[in-house]
Amino acid sequence: MAGMRDIKRKISSVKNTQKITNAMKMVSAAKLRKAQESMESALPYAEKIYEVVTDISKRVNPEIHKFLQPKEEVNTIGVVLITSDRGLCGAFNSNVSKRFTSLKREFPDKEFKFFCVGKKGYEFARRQGYDILEKYISFSGKITYNDAIDIGNNAAKMFNEDKIDELYIIYNEFKSVAYQVAQAKKILPLDIGEPEEQDSDSVIDYLYEPNANALVREIIPRFINFTIYSCLLESIAGEHGSRMAAMDNATRNAGEMIKKLTLNYNKARQAAITTEILDIVNGAEALK
Amino acid sequence: MAVKLKLELVSPERKLLDIEVDEVVAPGVEGDFGVLPGHTPFLTALSIGELIYKHDGNTEYVAIDKGFLEVNEDKVIVLAESAELGREIDLEEAIRRKVEMEQAVNASRKEDFEQFIKMESELKKELMRVSIAEKYK
Repeated sequence: MAGMRDIKRKISSVKNTQKITNAMKMVSAAKLRKAQESMESALPYAEKIYEVVTDISKRVNPEIHKFLQPKEEVNTIGVVLITSDRGLCGAFNSNVSKRFTSLKREFPDKEFKFFCVGKKGYEFARRQGYDILEKYISFSGKITYNDAIDIGNNAAKMFNEDKIDELYIIYNEFKSVAYQVAQAKKILPLDIGEPEEQDSDSVIDYLYEPNANALVREIIPRFINFTIYSCLLESIAGEHGSRMAAMDNATRNAGEMIKKLTLNYNKARQAAITTEILDIVNGAEALK
Repeated sequence: MAVKLKLELVSPERKLLDIEVDEVVAPGVEGDFGVLPGHTPFLTALSIGELIYKHDGNTEYVAIDKGFLEVNEDKVIVLAESAELGREIDLEEAIRRKVEMEQAVNASRKEDFEQFIKMESELKKELMRVSIAEKYK
């Protein structure tokens, strides 16, 4: 008898695991809601600032700002790697590192330097022996705009000092609760796209104060900071979504396992009873 | 007055205002300016300061920490790095933070110049919060 007691012990241990995964799922669901809310409240700002940036940058010569100009020679690429601090969230973090690997394949002869947000990404970069410029660990879900400013200013400084020639951000785009895609986005130099054909009706002639060039200089760093901020928010929401899905799976798997084990247990119990009855019957037979 | 301005105030963290007002006064980088209905399209950077808006005879104050302001077709859109409505600021808390900041500024004065500049603008922000909060007392 494959030890009835062993099976029973195993059942109760799986049940405990199931309780834990279920609880983690609930926690993630609650956190996800909050993260989604903060993502949504960033939306109006995102729309407006994007509008203003595209609008104003059409009117100025890209040469006035270093951030708008591609560098002549690109040797070093800075990568902002956004991951989570904690695991147990499915393929969330490995998707990011996979995305980086494919980015590396696109630029085989470049050097990469990292800004790591989240412990998992930091561990990844360190394991691979990359140069880590800065790491930001233990935001643990609570992220403020100031954190993004910090990262953005740091990266901009490196860009200005020619320590990095381009800047990419790799993060999990939040498509839906159950679906996130690792994306690599180029943020420096800023690429606003081809200047569209200007039809004179839609273009409003703004009055600029101080002047367009000075405004661009002010607004572009902000735009970059905000881009980072919105990527961070998406990544956080994605992390919770991903963890929720992973924990949901785990809970379901545990349930299946319990079912299987219970079946085994019942079989074992029945076998034990049968042998017992056999013993008794045999004993009674022997007495005759 | 029939014509009103639509004022929208957004910061990266949330949308603070979306209302109809009669007048807006904002802290531009080159000095404060007022906006009334019928203003020409206008785009400017804002410095640290107070944004005032008037509606139905009431005057309200908002603490603004840098950002941009766009006027277009009687719509005023403010993109602030961070902003706080005057009636939401807690005066005591603001004073406490101001005092802390003053000490931090004094401490950094001797050391790091870059740090000092940063601290000073933080202090300016706190001073602004206190003065706005006092108006709501």
